[in-house]
Amino acid sequence: MAQMTMIQAITDALRTELKNDENVLVFGEDVGQNGGVFRATEGLQDEFGEERVFDTPLAESGIGGLSIGLGLQGYRPVPEIQFFGFVYEVMDSISGQMARMRYRSGGSHHSPITIRSPFGGGVHTPELHADSLEGLIAQQPGIKVVIPSSPYDAKGLLISAIRDNDPVLFLEHMKLYRSFRGEVPEEDYTIELGKAEVKREGTDVTLISYGAMVHASLKAAEELEEKGVSAEVVDLRTVSPLDVDTIIESVKKTNRVVVVQEAQRQAGIAANVISEIQERAILHLEAPVLRVTAPDTVYSFSAAEEVWLPNHQDIIEKVDQVINF
Amino acid sequence: MKHVLESVESQFEMFQILNEDGKIVNKDDMPDLSDDELKELMRRMVYTRVLDQRSIALNRQGRLGFYAPTAGQEASQLGSQFALEEEDFLLPGYRDVPQLIWQGLPLYQAFLFSRGHFHGNQMPEGVHAVSPQIIIGAQYVQTAGVALGIKKRGKKAVAVTYTGDGGTSQGDFYEGINFAGAYKAPALFFVQNNYFAISVPVEKQTNAKTLAQKAVAAGIEGVQVDGMDVLAVYAVTKAARERAINGEGPMLIETLTYRYGPHTMAGDDPTRYRTDDLDNEWEKKDPLVRFRKFLEEKDLWSEEDENKVIEEAKDEIKKAIKQADEYPKQKVTDFIGNMFEELPSHLQEQMEEYKEKESK
Repeated sequence: MAQMTMIQAITDALRTELKNDENVLVFGEDVGQNGGVFRATEGLQDEFGEERVFDTPLAESGIGGLSIGLGLQGYRPVPEIQFFGFVYEVMDSISGQMARMRYRSGGSHHSPITIRSPFGGGVHTPELHADSLEGLIAQQPGIKVVIPSSPYDAKGLLISAIRDNDPVLFLEHMKLYRSFRGEVPEEDYTIELGKAEVKREGTDVTLISYGAMVHASLKAAEELEEKGVSAEVVDLRTVSPLDVDTIIESVKKTNRVVVVQEAQRQAGIAANVISEIQERAILHLEAPVLRVTAPDTVYSFSAAEEVWLPNHQDIIEKVDQVINF
Repeated sequence: MKHVLESVESQFEMFQILNEDGKIVNKDDMPDLSDDELKELMRRMVYTRVLDQRSIALNRQGRLGFYAPTAGQEASQLGSQFALEEEDFLLPGYRDVPQLIWQGLPLYQAFLFSRGHFHGNQMPEGVHAVSPQIIIGAQYVQTAGVALGIKKRGKKAVAVTYTGDGGTSQGDFYEGINFAGAYKAPALFFVQNNYFAISVPVEKQTNAKTLAQKAVAAGIEGVQVDGMDVLAVYAVTKAARERAINGEGPMLIETLTYRYGPHTMAGDDPTRYRTDDLDNEWEKKDPLVRFRKFLEEKDLWSEEDENKVIEEAKDEIKKAIKQADEYPKQKVTDFIGNMFEELPSHLQEQMEEYKEKESK
């Protein structure tokens, strides 16, 4: 099995689906000869031609509209929004249009679109590049939101997203692109959307997370183990819709929960997770469910982001609180 | 430094074939239409005028929902649609229901659309269209995509969309024409300039003298046409379609027109922003009056023909309303099932809740 970074796994998934299905089109700003600003589409235009892999003019709303229109002609568009902080420019195409296509048309049209976009903090970007805005789209019915935490998941989830006949937002945490390698099969495989994964088994507390915070949670779990606390780590992988079954199963096992997200606290995925837990498993809880999040400011000026971003120490502190409640 | 605005603007002149008296002023561009086709154009305009009058009445009786009146814009709407083929793909704005109907959407479905029933948006087999867009300009960027898809498929067809004068102020307007231009995609972008975006006059939308000239910035062809002259609109559309299919790229077509009625039937009062004088001035340009004169001169149209169409329209409208009344009521459980191809578990749970709620 090959060792790949997450960005290589993403390129591999795109190549796999460009090969598998001639209706797959990959496009966006700088994705052609340049191979994307993070090189996610490196070499794909040379391999598949400009008909399949191409640059767009620099306009996110236009890219969204282009995707919808190509979808109406039977294509399977995989557009890239260069940084997810630019999503405000394409909100109508995503939430107002493609997510509503199947509903609006009474099932006579659909939008088989996978929007790929980098996001996430810790890489010292300028403003509106790093924001965790998954909650914005998770609030919109009709579109799925997927956030992988590993190269293996990235490939399998991206292939599933592209094959899905409904729109999927596929968010790629920039910090994870090249920070480590993992085993990735060279053949094609899929990971079902809407399914969480227990990344680490534990018995005393459940850490529920996604994206880069899965790694902070795993690091916290290792340190907690040294202190004699057995932490289970659940990687949501799809943040909309939530895999409620996996969440509740883990809650019933550990009875204590900390939900970890990189996004600010207000109105986020963590709040959703906690609502599901209290509605479905309140009698299994030994302590309130706590959250580790960024503070409710606008995303940090990059000179302060190491403090602003949640880390494994923050997680350990919250775990202490739920254990000692 | 050379100033070019004035010289660019001066080149956009209104294209016309029939003047207000129904006389041909531009013989060279007269489209090649048979007598039957000319009569069919008139039939459709009369029919659509009746449909508008009946729709307004039905709305006032509480028997229709959302409705955007169309009277005054028949030449612009139907002249352009008449130049389309079945394989063309239509992306209408909310006032463009007539084009959908003549492209094949059954009348009872148009009424269901008005009533907020999803069956009104379910395009029948062979009708290549999406339902009317509500967000101003969103259809423009989607049209670029449909047109690029048509080009990639190698189809001999075009994507056709409509917006109004206000729509040209939206970013999506420019993004749409610019994307289509960059890809030389076969798209026809209509701007039905009826001079008012609800109440705001076109002079307050832009400093541009014409809306057609906005094509220049995107590097595509633009034309301004008399939107009260059905032959002019038809001729321009036909030529633009040919051009697009031959790989020569998209075109922006501004039709100068007027809506006699309010913006929609939801409380707009045009007397707050338009004068009677202006209304009267435009009624003199009326597309039906003008074309009727032209056809009568050629002995192709009579009062009898006109009355026949009116009766036919009224009869079909009555039947379509009955059909809409009899269509199964819209249920929440119908569209829960349309959120995704496969229902996720949270929606399965909610489906059960609403099945129970709707059974009570």
